[in-house]
Amino acid sequence: MRLRLSFTTVALYGVLALLALGYLLPAYLTIITALKLPADISLPQSWQLPPTLNYASFTDAFTLLRPNIVNSVILTVSATLLSTVLGSLNGYVFSKWKFPGSELIFTLFLFGMFIPYQVILIPLFQTLRAMNLYGGLPGLILAHVVYGLPITTLIFRNFYAQIPDALMESASLDGAGFFRTYTRIIFPLSIPGFVVTSLWQFTQIWNEFLWGICLTRHTSYPITVGLAQLAGGQAVSWNLPMAGSILAALPVLLIYIVLGRYFIRGLLAGSVKE
Amino acid sequence: MAQVELKKVIKRFGSTEVVHGVDLFIEDDEFIVLVGPSGCGKSTVLRMIAGLESISSGEICINGQSVNEVAPKDRNVAMVFQNYALYPHMSVYENIAFSLKMAKESKSQIKDKVQQAAEILELTPYLQRKPAELSGGQRQRVAMGRAIVRQPAVFLFDEPLSNLDAQLRTQMRMELKKLHLKMKTTTIYVTHDQIEAMTLADRIVILKDGYIQQIGSPIELFERPVNRFVARFIGNPPTNIIPASLHKHDGRTSVRMGTLSLPVVSPPAGADSQQVLVGIRPDIIKTGDGLHSLPDEWQVQAEVIVSEVLGGQSLLEFSAGGTTMIAELEGRVQARPGEMITLGFDLSRLLFFDPRTEEAIY
Repeated sequence: MRLRLSFTTVALYGVLALLALGYLLPAYLTIITALKLPADISLPQSWQLPPTLNYASFTDAFTLLRPNIVNSVILTVSATLLSTVLGSLNGYVFSKWKFPGSELIFTLFLFGMFIPYQVILIPLFQTLRAMNLYGGLPGLILAHVVYGLPITTLIFRNFYAQIPDALMESASLDGAGFFRTYTRIIFPLSIPGFVVTSLWQFTQIWNEFLWGICLTRHTSYPITVGLAQLAGGQAVSWNLPMAGSILAALPVLLIYIVLGRYFIRGLLAGSVKE
Repeated sequence: MAQVELKKVIKRFGSTEVVHGVDLFIEDDEFIVLVGPSGCGKSTVLRMIAGLESISSGEICINGQSVNEVAPKDRNVAMVFQNYALYPHMSVYENIAFSLKMAKESKSQIKDKVQQAAEILELTPYLQRKPAELSGGQRQRVAMGRAIVRQPAVFLFDEPLSNLDAQLRTQMRMELKKLHLKMKTTTIYVTHDQIEAMTLADRIVILKDGYIQQIGSPIELFERPVNRFVARFIGNPPTNIIPASLHKHDGRTSVRMGTLSLPVVSPPAGADSQQVLVGIRPDIIKTGDGLHSLPDEWQVQAEVIVSEVLGGQSLLEFSAGGTTMIAELEGRVQARPGEMITLGFDLSRLLFFDPRTEEAIY
């Protein structure tokens, strides 16, 4: 009995280790290739460790990608900030200031989450052009803010649903109106909600590629597009795009390492009543 | 310092009417308790006075001014909620100061008022703590501090003690009473607990299904309930209600319950052989020394069903003449089930109700 149990455990861990290995292989390949000299890169030797370490790939890739990184930072930070703040206000209204028809409007809002964004690419392109916003970062920011609203609104509405209504009533008797109740009571209580939502939005927007390439002109390309171009030319020295993708993945990775526990906590908030 | 008047106040949620035309006049400095079983509309009435619920029809006046269209914050009322509704991210000091800050009072003024309120409620050592670091009783006091610091015209309490354990509840009830004597502010207090109603109220308003059943002082309600519901609701253990008939013979009236026949001291109006419900409060039943003050014909032999000794008093369930009743007896009455015991009834305090309308007959 005991033997069989330990056999199962060993088998289980074996399978898990294999799966983990399979999952980590691309990361391994990316890192070792990034550290190789262009001359050392060839298909037969692609799995071997670099004979000499070449850190220059990272500085070279950074130089090449610098304008795209700047674009991505501007895009991601402003779109995340705007969509999170607006989502918070929306959630506040949909949970605490319900009005006739607000449930219907909220349901319609949620439809937005289920629209694949490829589907709206062409109408979006035409809309932005009609608004004279096509080609630059402001248009892309607007697109991401609007597209992010359903999910941010949903997260905040559910977050605020846990705040007892008596708190709102108490605030109204204490003399706080719509905005002061928000700034003094609701906002300070929703910091975890802000962490979760902005993590989500940051990841989505930073990693987005299709809108980036379709809705902006060359000078406004975000990092995902810049990276693709790095790999797109002829006679590619593969160490550069590999180093570039590590650079591109780094911000999201760092944010998850630092704030990940808030994310888990936020997702679970409300599942257990205190 | 305020009078509060409700004139034919009706509340509907959708098409369901939950409060049906409530009329009530509350005097300056009066302590009014709204009491009734859950769903009777007492909290809704309170919330309409606070302005947290709209008024479907009728009028609410504070100091003669209609407040139907006045926002909650401008009604000059303060409310203590059942779950306290403290702001969890603020310290006790900030919680108490919040309404003053909203009213844009000066920093020094706020500080004075908060400290004064904290002193009254003995909260001074806790001013820098967050609500999560306080016990239930302390949170309750912070909620009261938030209310008194504004010096409102009316205090509204929505079941403020129901989240406390029994011992703390008794203690806080006393403190509430003292606070009211000190502050002398019109107070409207909602509870489902008739003991809180009896001990705190100047006048009690009993509600059932959105209708006021009776308004009166605690003793009035206890001694002269207008119907069976009030008689059962006020007093613990509740009044025994027994189907009976009245018989008139030679100018004397007697009441017959099963095979038990007892004389009636102050007979209600009605014909011979009339069917009635008799209300017998558990505390009008006596035994032992209590029998001395009662005439012999007010005494019966009863069979003990079960007895419970509560320290200084005893509860006795017994059967006499085929009917079962509960008595609240003075002293420790230890009787075995099946044992026979002599019990006396203070028949001057019998209550009579019409069996059909359940209204009291006097």
